[in-house]
Amino acid sequence: MSEKKMIATRDGFGKEIAELGKEDSNLVVVDIDIGKSCKTGEFRKALPDQYINVGIAEQNGAGFAAGLATCGKVPFVVTYAVFGSLRMCEMIRQEICYTNLNVKIACSHGGVTPANDGASHQSIEDMGVLRTIPNMTVIMPADYNSARKLVRQAAKTYGPMYLRFTRDAVPQIYDEDVEFTIGKAHQIQDGKDVAIIANGDTVRLAVDAAAELSKAGISARVLDMHTIKPLDAEAVTAAINDIGKLITVEDHNILNGLGSAVCEVAAEMGKGLVKRVGIQDQFGQSAPYERLLEMNGVTVENIVSIAKNIQ
Amino acid sequence: MDVDPQNPRWPDRDRMVLSKGHVCPIQYACLAAVGFFPESELDTLRKEGSKLQGHPSMTKCPGIDISTGSLGQGLACAAGMAMAAKMDRKDYKVFCVVGDGEAQEGEIWEAANTANKYHLDNLITFVDFNNLQLDGTCDEIMPNGDLGEKFRAFGWETIEIDGHSMEEIVAALDKCYASKNGKPKCIYGHTIKGKGVSFMENQCGWHGAAPNKEQYEQAMAELKAQLMD
Repeated sequence: MSEKKMIATRDGFGKEIAELGKEDSNLVVVDIDIGKSCKTGEFRKALPDQYINVGIAEQNGAGFAAGLATCGKVPFVVTYAVFGSLRMCEMIRQEICYTNLNVKIACSHGGVTPANDGASHQSIEDMGVLRTIPNMTVIMPADYNSARKLVRQAAKTYGPMYLRFTRDAVPQIYDEDVEFTIGKAHQIQDGKDVAIIANGDTVRLAVDAAAELSKAGISARVLDMHTIKPLDAEAVTAAINDIGKLITVEDHNILNGLGSAVCEVAAEMGKGLVKRVGIQDQFGQSAPYERLLEMNGVTVENIVSIAKNIQ
Repeated sequence: MDVDPQNPRWPDRDRMVLSKGHVCPIQYACLAAVGFFPESELDTLRKEGSKLQGHPSMTKCPGIDISTGSLGQGLACAAGMAMAAKMDRKDYKVFCVVGDGEAQEGEIWEAANTANKYHLDNLITFVDFNNLQLDGTCDEIMPNGDLGEKFRAFGWETIEIDGHSMEEIVAALDKCYASKNGKPKCIYGHTIKGKGVSFMENQCGWHGAAPNKEQYEQAMAELKAQLMD
C-alpha cells in the first residue's frame, strides 16, 4: 500500500460537509470549539449562516442540535470521538436517540489515532457504547473517498448517526467512483480460506494481510464493515457459511465493537470461528500511532499469523 | 402559546420544553384541555401503551415538542429551537420551564451561555423557584445562591415574580414579548410546592408521590374552597 496517497478520513469529512452544506441550507455544523482540528474550516468560511460554535460544552452541543433537528435542521455535531461519544452519551440517548431525531455526531480522532495526545484523547469505547443505544447508526469509513461517500449518504438518510474519523493519515484504498451503502459491508476481495472483517483505519491492514496470505497460498475474503450498526448480518452469515473462519480487525476495544458484533451473529448461528484483533481492553499512552497498534497486536503480521494458525 | 392541536407539528408554532419533565401531568392536562388529545386519556398516565409516559415523550404524545425527564437537558434543546427560528427568520417563541434544583446541572449554564452568544431573545425560560428537590431543600442539598443574579451574569434579562400570580406572569410575558434587545429571557417565579393543599405545601416528600383517596378528597376540597373565594 506504500505507494498509495496518505490522507486522514477527517479531511474527507471536512471536504464533503462543505459540499453538502452548499447544497442544503438546512444542513448545520455545530462545533464544540475544536473545528479546526475536525476540519470544519472550509464549511465555516463558506457558510457562516449555517455554522454554530457552542464552545467547550459538549452536552449542550448535543441538546442544542436536538432542538435544531426538531425544527427541520440537519445538524452535524463535530468534536473528538472520546467526547462526542462518552461526554455527550446521555444527551445522545435522551435527546437524540430516544427522540429519534436527525442528528449526526461526526467525530475525528477515532481509536488510537490521537496517538501522542495520550489515553485521555484516544477513543476505544465509543462505537461499542453507542451501538447499544436504540435507533443509533454507527459508522467508521476506511479512507478519504469512502469517508466522503458515507458522510454524503448519512446527510441524506434520516436518523441519529455516529460517524468516526481518523486524525492520522491513512492510505487511500478506494477510487472516487466506488459506492458504499450504510449497513452493507463492502467486499474488497473474495477468498475461500479465511474472512477478514475490518473497519476504519484497520481496513488497510486487512488488505495488506490478505496480500501476504496469498503469497502463502491462503486466500482471504476481505470485508470493509464500515457500519457496525446496523451490522450487515447477511455478509457475516455468508462468511461463516462459505468459509467458517473469521478474523475481525478494529481500532477499538475488542469488547463490544466490530468483533463483538460479529461474534453475536456467529454465536446465534452456533457455528463459525471468530478471532478478534483490536485494542486489548487497556488504556494507551502517548506514543506513535503505529506503535500503539503494535502494542495491541493490531498489525499485518498478527493477522497473517492468526490466519495461518486457524487453517 | 400559538399552537394548533389539529396540527401539532405546525412548523411556525410556539414551542414548549418542560425541562423539569417530572411535572408533566400538568402539561398533559393542559394539552388535553386545548384539544391535543381527549381528556379521557388523562387516566392512562404512566400506564402501558399510553401516550402519557412517566416523563414526556415527543414520539408518543402530540404537543410535546421534545422528550425530557433527565434533568438539566431541556434548556439546551430549547435554545436549539430558538436558534432555528433565528436562522429561518421566523418569529415563534420558545418557552422552557426549568426547576431550581435542576439548575444545579452544569448543562443549564452551558446552554445559558449559548443563548446569550446567539442573542436568543425569542427564548423565554421560567425558573420554578420552590427551593425543594428530592432529598430536601435546595439550600440544604446544594444552595443555588441568587439564580436571578446568575442568569444576569450570563447576559440574560431577568424578571422576578410571584410564580402563583397569574397577573404577574402575564405582565412578565408581555414584557418579554415587547423586548427585542437580543437578550434571552428568564422569568423566575417564587413558588410554593403543593400550594393550596395544607398538608402538601413545602413538603419535598410529595415530589414523586400520589395522594391516597382520602388525601385526594381533602386536597380537592381545600382547592375548591380557595377557588370559591
